[in-house]
Amino acid sequence: MSGLALLIPLALAMGLAGLAMFFWAMRNDQFEDLDGAAQRILIDDEDETG
Amino acid sequence: MTAHDPSLADSDTGLIDTRFTVPGMRCAGCIAKIERGLGELDGVEAARVNFSAKRVAVRHDRSLDAAALVHEFERLGFEAELAVENPLAQDDRELRKLLRALAVSGFGMMNIMLLSVSVWSGAGGVTREMFHWLSALIAVPVVAYAGQPFFASAWMALRYRRTNMDVPISIGVLLATGMSLYETLTGGEHAYFDGAVMLLFFLLAGRALDAMMRNKTRSGIGALLGRIGKHASVIQADGSTARVDAGELEQGMLVLVAAGEALAADGVVEMGTSSIDNAMLTGESTPEPVCAGSEVHAGAVNLMAPLTIRLTAVAQDTAVAEIARLMDEAGQSRSRYVRIADRASRLYAPAVHTLAVLAFIGWMIAGVGWHQSLVIAIAVLIITCPCAMGLAVPAAQVVASGALLKRGLLVKDGSALERLAEIDVALFDKTGTLTLGEPRPDLGPLDEEEKAVALALAQTSRHPLSLGITAALKDSAIAPASVDAISEEPGQGISGMFCGQPVALGRADAAGASLASSLAIGDRSKTILFTDPLRDDAADVVADLDAMGIESRIISGDRVEAVDAVAIQLAIAGEGGVSPGEKLARLEQLKAEGKLPLMVGDGLNDGPALAAAHASIAPGSASDASQQAADAVFVGARLMPVALAITVARQTMRIVRQNFGFAVIYNVLAVPLALAGMVTPMIASIAMSLSSLVVVGNSLRLARAAS
Repeated sequence: MSGLALLIPLALAMGLAGLAMFFWAMRNDQFEDLDGAAQRILIDDEDETG
Repeated sequence: MTAHDPSLADSDTGLIDTRFTVPGMRCAGCIAKIERGLGELDGVEAARVNFSAKRVAVRHDRSLDAAALVHEFERLGFEAELAVENPLAQDDRELRKLLRALAVSGFGMMNIMLLSVSVWSGAGGVTREMFHWLSALIAVPVVAYAGQPFFASAWMALRYRRTNMDVPISIGVLLATGMSLYETLTGGEHAYFDGAVMLLFFLLAGRALDAMMRNKTRSGIGALLGRIGKHASVIQADGSTARVDAGELEQGMLVLVAAGEALAADGVVEMGTSSIDNAMLTGESTPEPVCAGSEVHAGAVNLMAPLTIRLTAVAQDTAVAEIARLMDEAGQSRSRYVRIADRASRLYAPAVHTLAVLAFIGWMIAGVGWHQSLVIAIAVLIITCPCAMGLAVPAAQVVASGALLKRGLLVKDGSALERLAEIDVALFDKTGTLTLGEPRPDLGPLDEEEKAVALALAQTSRHPLSLGITAALKDSAIAPASVDAISEEPGQGISGMFCGQPVALGRADAAGASLASSLAIGDRSKTILFTDPLRDDAADVVADLDAMGIESRIISGDRVEAVDAVAIQLAIAGEGGVSPGEKLARLEQLKAEGKLPLMVGDGLNDGPALAAAHASIAPGSASDASQQAADAVFVGARLMPVALAITVARQTMRIVRQNFGFAVIYNVLAVPLALAGMVTPMIASIAMSLSSLVVVGNSLRLARAAS
């Protein structure tokens, strides 16, 4: 029983953290341009400052 | 400032954000090219590409106007358009709301399931009671948040004394939650929190899929909105000009239309000679020569030289507005179409409600007490709750439209797939639909050098014939010759210097051929003839449709002889010289005969017919309004996506019906258990997930359908 007192809050906290992360990601437009993100890794970044 | 209507001004820094639609972005190179190319420009602080939406947001100085930026895009090799407004904002918000609700219900489902499993595996006494309390603590806020889309829709339906799929869902979820709360308070044995939340999760998944499918295709189509002129330069009494909004133009005003500008109202040319591009109105890209006395319509683009136009019809009286009105009326019949899920729920909802009520009454008569009777009635509601039903349609349609998208066909929504599956006669427009609608040059008589010079000259111009030459030569991998001092003389052509001799590409003198250019190198000159060929696979498509039992016909506004020639070539019936109103009448007549016609067309003159047809498809080169009116848009030079769309639509409906079949079989098996009072929360949960998995798995088979 004493294990549960620790494990259940822990499980809930982790779940809530995941949920909060998803909400954060959505609010910050992380899912706005999924195809673009896949393409961007192919861009050479030598003259990124230009 | 008027040019920056869509911009968001930032008063502190003097910088503004302007959004552009750039449909031509296809690869990582394009992203880099645009972001760096624009970033180097004076006055541009940053450019950010959204590849999925094919949009570019530019943060730039107030002094830089949108036209200059569009020109800069062109210099980089991309066609860009000012994004006037975001017509998708509404849909986007809806999807976000659904995704949030889905995430919340997913979180709730996982945690409650964790607690439920321990109850099922035999936790008793204080532990069970504590777990029920914990579940309640999670479930109540989750249901209150994630259930909103269903509660709102069910409430709407009930207020108008109708019933939809959301009514049994809402009643089931609310009753199950309420009952479980009661069980928890009284220390009862069974709590259905897991069932209620799982139900919400699966149903939200179906809704989110449906919304995603709509958004994805609409962003592709919405990108092409709004090409009609928004302003005009009105010539004042003192000879100066003033910019006036399209809505404030009046009949009889004199308007100056610069080369490259779109007309904002109908009128008659008073002064000037030029060519106009009427593609918006007719879908035909061949420029139309105009001179004093010619009638011109709103939406046409002036290609060559400035024109002075006396306005004859403005705002709601223009030809474009008239067609828009026809389309609006024609489209109403389609909005009356009842989707298959709603048809199913009309039968389903009353049946489920009756069954639950009967179960309650039956057990009351049997004398088990109101508590036990209510538990059984709720079990009936939960077990019959249309989990599989809610997924049956969207899962299949999302997979099918994804497969079609890969083959170059964008289907706007699920209802379009359902209607496409039903059609039994296909009507084709000719120009731009059966044919490519782009003039293709016959380059046979030209040698390598002449081709290289022609390409060098043609690629600097945006004249449709030049674009045709450029496209044809780029395909055959010819490198442009190095031609210097290139200049374009509106109405005459393009000239330059090549290896010390003057070269020119311009209007052919042979007045007979309407579509011809003349290429001159030094004192040699050759004539390039243009034709508008049939799409390569037009005949195959007609044959495929025939094999599916669909009769094809041509219905076109083009000359009767031109239409007859194509009709004979394809061996189908053809009718030429048909006005937009008559096209509409033909469709109404077919519908009155009990046929379900498919309309395939591109011009604005096809717009009313596209809106009135049972289902409609437009090519990607079609006028904006036609793409808006059509159910699906196909891209590329092949017509085959049209036949493919119907094949896949029919397969999809077969899968949807199978899915409904599964849902019915599942109910037939589960309902007796529920009625007998043998459904525990565990059985309800397992049955629900199993039926959903079967439906999703069956729908995934469609991924191979289009290949």
